[in-house]
Amino acid sequence: MSGTGVPPVNHRQDALALPMNEDEPKLPADETEPSSTALGAPLSLSVVAPLSDDVLHTPPEVAVAEGDVRLTAEDDFVSGTSLWKDARRRLLKNKLAVFGLIVVSIVTVASIVGPFVLKLITGMTPDYIPGDAALIRSFPPFTAPDGSFSWTHPMGTDRQGRDMLARVLQGGQISLMVGVIATLMSLVIGVSYGAIAGYLGGRVDNLMMRLVDVLYAIPYIILVIVLLAMFKDQTPRGQLILLFIALGSVSWLTMARIVRGQVLSLKHQEFVLAARATGVSTPRIIFRHIVPNTLGPVIVYATLTIPSVMLAEAFLSFLGFGVQPPLASWGSLVTDGVQNIGIFPWQLIFPGLTMALTLFSLNFLGDGLRDALDPRMRKF
Amino acid sequence: MLRFILRRLLITIPTILVVITITWALVRLAPGNFYTGEKKLPAAIEQNIREKYGLDKPWREQYLRMMSHIMVLDFGTSLSYPGQPVNAIIGRALPVSATIGLLAYLLALAVGIVAGSVAALKQNSKWDYASMTLAMLGISIPNFVLGPILVLVFSLMLYWLPPSRWEGFPSWNVVLPVITLSGIYMAYIARLTRAGMLEVLNSDYIRTARAKGLSESQVVIRHALRGGLLPVVSYTGPALAFLLTGTVVVERIFALPGLGHYFLQAASNRDEPLIIGIVAFVAIILLLMNLLVDITYAYLDPRIRY
Amino acid sequence: MSTNNGNVLEVRDLRTYFQTEDGTVKAVDGISFDLKRGETLGIVGESGSGKSVTNLSIIRLIPTPPGEIVSGEVRFGGQDLLKLSESEIRKIRGRRIAMVFQDPMSSLNPFMKISRQLMETTQLHLGHTKREAREHAIKMLETVGIPEARDRIDSYPHEFSGGMRQRVMIAMALSCEPELLIADEPTTALDVTIQAQILELIKTLKSVTGTSVILVSHDLGVVAGMTDHLIVMYAGKVFEQAPTRDLFATPGNPYTKGLLRSVPDPTDEQGKLYQIPGQPPDVAHLPPGCPFAPRCERAEELCHREFPPFVQLTAEHFSLCHFASEVYEKSQAEARP
Repeated sequence: MSGTGVPPVNHRQDALALPMNEDEPKLPADETEPSSTALGAPLSLSVVAPLSDDVLHTPPEVAVAEGDVRLTAEDDFVSGTSLWKDARRRLLKNKLAVFGLIVVSIVTVASIVGPFVLKLITGMTPDYIPGDAALIRSFPPFTAPDGSFSWTHPMGTDRQGRDMLARVLQGGQISLMVGVIATLMSLVIGVSYGAIAGYLGGRVDNLMMRLVDVLYAIPYIILVIVLLAMFKDQTPRGQLILLFIALGSVSWLTMARIVRGQVLSLKHQEFVLAARATGVSTPRIIFRHIVPNTLGPVIVYATLTIPSVMLAEAFLSFLGFGVQPPLASWGSLVTDGVQNIGIFPWQLIFPGLTMALTLFSLNFLGDGLRDALDPRMRKF
Repeated sequence: MLRFILRRLLITIPTILVVITITWALVRLAPGNFYTGEKKLPAAIEQNIREKYGLDKPWREQYLRMMSHIMVLDFGTSLSYPGQPVNAIIGRALPVSATIGLLAYLLALAVGIVAGSVAALKQNSKWDYASMTLAMLGISIPNFVLGPILVLVFSLMLYWLPPSRWEGFPSWNVVLPVITLSGIYMAYIARLTRAGMLEVLNSDYIRTARAKGLSESQVVIRHALRGGLLPVVSYTGPALAFLLTGTVVVERIFALPGLGHYFLQAASNRDEPLIIGIVAFVAIILLLMNLLVDITYAYLDPRIRY
Repeated sequence: MSTNNGNVLEVRDLRTYFQTEDGTVKAVDGISFDLKRGETLGIVGESGSGKSVTNLSIIRLIPTPPGEIVSGEVRFGGQDLLKLSESEIRKIRGRRIAMVFQDPMSSLNPFMKISRQLMETTQLHLGHTKREAREHAIKMLETVGIPEARDRIDSYPHEFSGGMRQRVMIAMALSCEPELLIADEPTTALDVTIQAQILELIKTLKSVTGTSVILVSHDLGVVAGMTDHLIVMYAGKVFEQAPTRDLFATPGNPYTKGLLRSVPDPTDEQGKLYQIPGQPPDVAHLPPGCPFAPRCERAEELCHREFPPFVQLTAEHFSLCHFASEVYEKSQAEARP
């Protein structure tokens, strides 16, 4: 859903293309706009130049010794490092991205460790319903049953008297888990699919990508709803796993396209030819030599997939097809909160704000990563 | 061009078949069916029903029977709305969804393009940061949160606008659903416009246009907009898909009897003909709209030849 | 229209800086030159030496930010272009000073028919009606040698070849009969045979219209036969400035000498081609001394320490070098036999 504009641009190629322009020593960017990157980026890339040069000038038919292949692999590694270092520098300069990174880290740690810590401090767990009937109602934040100030429920309680903070933390666990696992699934499927299509090329590629086109045209969220609605009679855990599968299996399409585009432009480069000339097997070439070089755009797109999957989960929870009670996700908490928006606003505000802030941060982080890894396409 | 359209239409048909097949398979693979609901039916009645709907036949036969009906756009009769043909339900629901969706998209286009262009023209200014932060908020706040908040503020607190129900168009009732639905596209379109415009504004041909002595507004309107808005045009395809999912939520929040409403009903009740009818209908609309988008794109960008 | 001394353009101490992540880049740092009416001035230098920035500064098309014209004067037709308001400079752009850019592939609007792009200029500046503008555009296309101009005027740029597009660019630039044409590497992106045609075209049109020309190139061969005066730029500075003939015969700067030696000489069959060692400097971090010193054969300790003076060698010949006179005399000695 998100990141529709991720450009399939090839960093690896940039690193290689520079030193080849020897007939006319020039700065890589148009000299009329020596904006930020024109003079910044090439410096670190030029460090790489001699190495890549050696590889480029070694004719493939000569470069058959194992040692040479290892050299190309090392070269990848070296250029990769300087590229990453450069990217990190640019990322850390981007205030919004750093903000996003910090928020995402805090939220992640809080969701994982938070429930345990909370149990130690206030004794609250997400599913603890007080035995005293007088306590089974929604208290505002920082309020004790008698209306005085209290630290027990910093975010108030829901209508069953459950601690909102504990529920938000647990909801974060589920939401992040859905986001990460579904993204990992889409990563595995998308990268393999795209890499295989791109590398094999020809008719196989054509067929595989036509299939992606067909699937692309399908309103997949509709199918997800059908799937979740049909198989609904499950335990909460079962529904959760169904959710992973449903979301993961529909969000790999763009990833496959991106990776394919990358692989297409990488597979004719010398280091691949060299590997092939030495008889490295096809799967090994694809997954050891080519895929690592597509990492930049893949990371960027994966980062942007997480919030879109989390949003999709929230959306499904809102419609009643998502996480089932007693488990809670931010989506289901927000859904509960929405119903009582006028009376108990804190039931919506806390989970809603936490979710929006996390999505916001993930989006900024993704954009920042894109800018950092791909200075030429400084979009958005 | 004609060949391109024909070829695309030819791809459309298998795509729709795939969609229908997947949907059908999902409905059938799931345990139970429409009649295994709350109360157990007497065996004789169930047998009658099975015969009437052909449920006693082998799967392959049922599948082919369904497909042969769908080929002539006959989606059968709804189970949860007894006696109502699926086509009639779609015909009733479509105007609601289409009105809301279309208005939302137009609103999103207008606001998104203006905000995105301003952000691009005044890059790194207050305007840029403000509109891009708003856009990011728009993307991060789900519409099912935005909707209730709008209702709370504008209906329940300020009494400016009616909170729900469909009373046809035009009517004040459409305002809040339309805004709720358009929020996320607005944000996306603003971001796309900004990116596209920035890229174009830094391009050589804009420099040429400036070197001719054109004023900045002439440069933007005559030279930059067309290229800068191409990404927005190609986003229209995915936007329509978004719109569909969006309407499901918005129709639920505002209790509107649109396609999304009936789809949810059908999915929850396992109303097989209605599910398949709506999914197939939506897929057809979506694919045709995508084709339209591609044709528009080719028209706008003379370099593209099919 | 112009100042009394016959100069179309007088640039004085022009400085254009760019703010980048790496610090301030002095892309153009104190450039001065004159251009006489009807003459052609060549500006030569490696990429990044500031040639293009100089020209964009003249018509104030520097993207701001990050760029900024920090100081200087650009006197054209009796007024300082840098002091004009935005609307005043727009009346000069395209009307009195026109530009042809390096890459004809990207310099024409791909979404607009050639006709509209051509007509736009004359409608704007000469007040042509649509029909007048169209006729004028066809005439201009014929002038620049596009066959069947009347039939092809409604084509899109991608339907033309690179050379043809550059002809269209030239037609567009000359359609208001400007007093000054700035051609920024007009042939760099083209095939060698097309290059010659385009240069010949510029030369012919110039002699017909009497337009003054600034021709930017990184190729000494291109400017040799085309220009009256030459400026050699390096790291945002003028390194040498002289009448073209003098500069080729008796260069007074080690950098120019290096450039001349790296042009292939067909008469010298087994001669090895010279290459200036090292890379163009990082303009954001220039050393205190002469920016060319690290690559210079003649460099001494002094060159690394102190910025060189701009030495006047003859009435019209200047060189930025501590040893300008010595280099110049040596060139004279070499040229004599």
